[in-house]
Amino acid sequence: MPCRRTGATATEGEVRAYVSRLLDNRNALGLLFLLPAGALLLLFLTYPLGLGVWLGFTDTKIGRGGAWVGLENYEFLFGDAVARLSLFNTLFYTVVASVIKFALGLWLALLLNKHVPFKTVVRAVVLLPFIVPTALSAIAFWWIYDAQFSVISWALTELGLIDRYIDFLGDPWNARLSTIAANIWRGVPFVAICLLAGLQTISPSYYEAASLDGATPWQQFRYVTLPLLTPIIAVVMTFSVLFTFTDFQLIYVLTRGGPLNATHLMATLSFQRAIPGGALGEGAALAVSMVPFLLAAILFSYFGLQRRAWQQGGAD
Amino acid sequence: MAKQTDDQVVDTQGMNYLVSLPRRVVTVYVPLAAFLFVLLFPFYWMGITTFKPNEELLSREGNPFWVVNPTLAHIKKLLFDTSYPDWLWNTMLVAVVSTFLSLVCSVLAAYAIERLRFRGSRYVGMSVFLAYLVPPSILFIPLAKVVFELGIFDTRLALILTYPTFLIPFCTWLLMGYFRSIPFELEECALIDGASRWQILTRIVLPLAVPGLISAGIFAFTLSWNEFIYALTFISSSEVKTVPVGVITELVEGDVYHWGALMAGALLGSLPVAILYSFFVEYYVAGMTGAVKE
Repeated sequence: MPCRRTGATATEGEVRAYVSRLLDNRNALGLLFLLPAGALLLLFLTYPLGLGVWLGFTDTKIGRGGAWVGLENYEFLFGDAVARLSLFNTLFYTVVASVIKFALGLWLALLLNKHVPFKTVVRAVVLLPFIVPTALSAIAFWWIYDAQFSVISWALTELGLIDRYIDFLGDPWNARLSTIAANIWRGVPFVAICLLAGLQTISPSYYEAASLDGATPWQQFRYVTLPLLTPIIAVVMTFSVLFTFTDFQLIYVLTRGGPLNATHLMATLSFQRAIPGGALGEGAALAVSMVPFLLAAILFSYFGLQRRAWQQGGAD
Repeated sequence: MAKQTDDQVVDTQGMNYLVSLPRRVVTVYVPLAAFLFVLLFPFYWMGITTFKPNEELLSREGNPFWVVNPTLAHIKKLLFDTSYPDWLWNTMLVAVVSTFLSLVCSVLAAYAIERLRFRGSRYVGMSVFLAYLVPPSILFIPLAKVVFELGIFDTRLALILTYPTFLIPFCTWLLMGYFRSIPFELEECALIDGASRWQILTRIVLPLAVPGLISAGIFAFTLSWNEFIYALTFISSSEVKTVPVGVITELVEGDVYHWGALMAGALLGSLPVAILYSFFVEYYVAGMTGAVKE
């Protein structure tokens, strides 16, 4: 490329040398490579996270900037019966759904680990509930739970087990259990497929050795499978608890928190208060109050289960 | 290769020959069949409702598990009387663009964290994992404010820019694992031959990480296709809604539920991800379990 001025070439050369030196420096290059991801995450993840905490201390409404009100939002939520009910619902929903998801998921993983015909197809099909959009499969559940035309009620009536159609989503406790059932339906495949991946790493020779020593199938499961699986159980259940605790779609589609706020989770309540209700500050405070519970759940399932792995691991 | 798979089959059989067939039926086949029935029934129900005429839907007579006079009326109503085609297009556009954007950002970030080993890369790697644990339901309120202040409220751009908040941490984490498995020696050879870092990334690392890219891409695509809470919060005009939000907010009108159209909407909205998944099952499972195992 012909240059008119020698000065320009000199600076161009210097610039090029500087750039190539910069690109050889791993710190500078690392920063450059991190820039796109970092910029997006800082603007849309870190900043909102801080903003959310700040909003929780203000009385911001939609379309109106808020003033600092200190702990007023939290005090109000603490005295609010609906907010306390939503906390109870969230804990109940998380504990019951997670325990059952774990039990059924582990069972399904053990079944899938057996030698069955069409193994690959069965494994692929099992994951379908986890693949499809939750909001859309929740509509299918809505229809299955319909008070007048529920297919479950129809089948139970035909079998002669009940004489009146069950009001799945109209009664508080029925609604709680129905939403939990739908959540379990969606979550079991995730737990099962992840645990299956863990099961496949366990060498069959352990089982052969165990059965030569006369271990029953239950003993093989208890003293071979479970200890070797514990680390992956810890991670899978941490994720499972996290997803269940912050669940939103399923409840929003099935009940919108009703009947009588009986199924409101903290996530759905904070949405209702903040977006249709317009009280951004209060909604943010409610969302922020989920954080300690989440941290506790993560720490509990992570460290609690990890220590057991170490205890059962052996000598030290 | 064939021999190896044969050996594996023999291996996984293990001590199974000791278990009698009736016992296998009771302990394995029956429970597995029950699981499959429960897990797949809602899809069957979705499908059968889509093709049922209204009279059959709203009658308690006859067998509800079958359809006597199948009809396409619900699908026709969905495609021609609602904005459903727009929603499908929006979902596709948002999912593809945000997945692509996240993949580009994640490849660069994962390579920097895993291979450039700049000062503090360990901490950046850990914060990526922590970012993955931040749930959208505690982020959507302040994010709505950010989106509004940027002036992109109620546009597809709002979704394209916010979905990477959960896609980038996931993809970066997954790709870090893949990059770790590529031998250093290959890069060192290339460095000696005078390749720049950029050339190493595009000519050596990326071709070797194609399975990881596919896993991350498929997973990211399904995640953004399924996303609900951001789309519900940031979008209010019908023509820019995504399928899950559109079906929930627009097809549910008043007290009369059009179950046929709703189920048709759910079915058509689920099919694209289900079909994509069926082609890439192995990659998808590798992505999901890989992210958990690390």
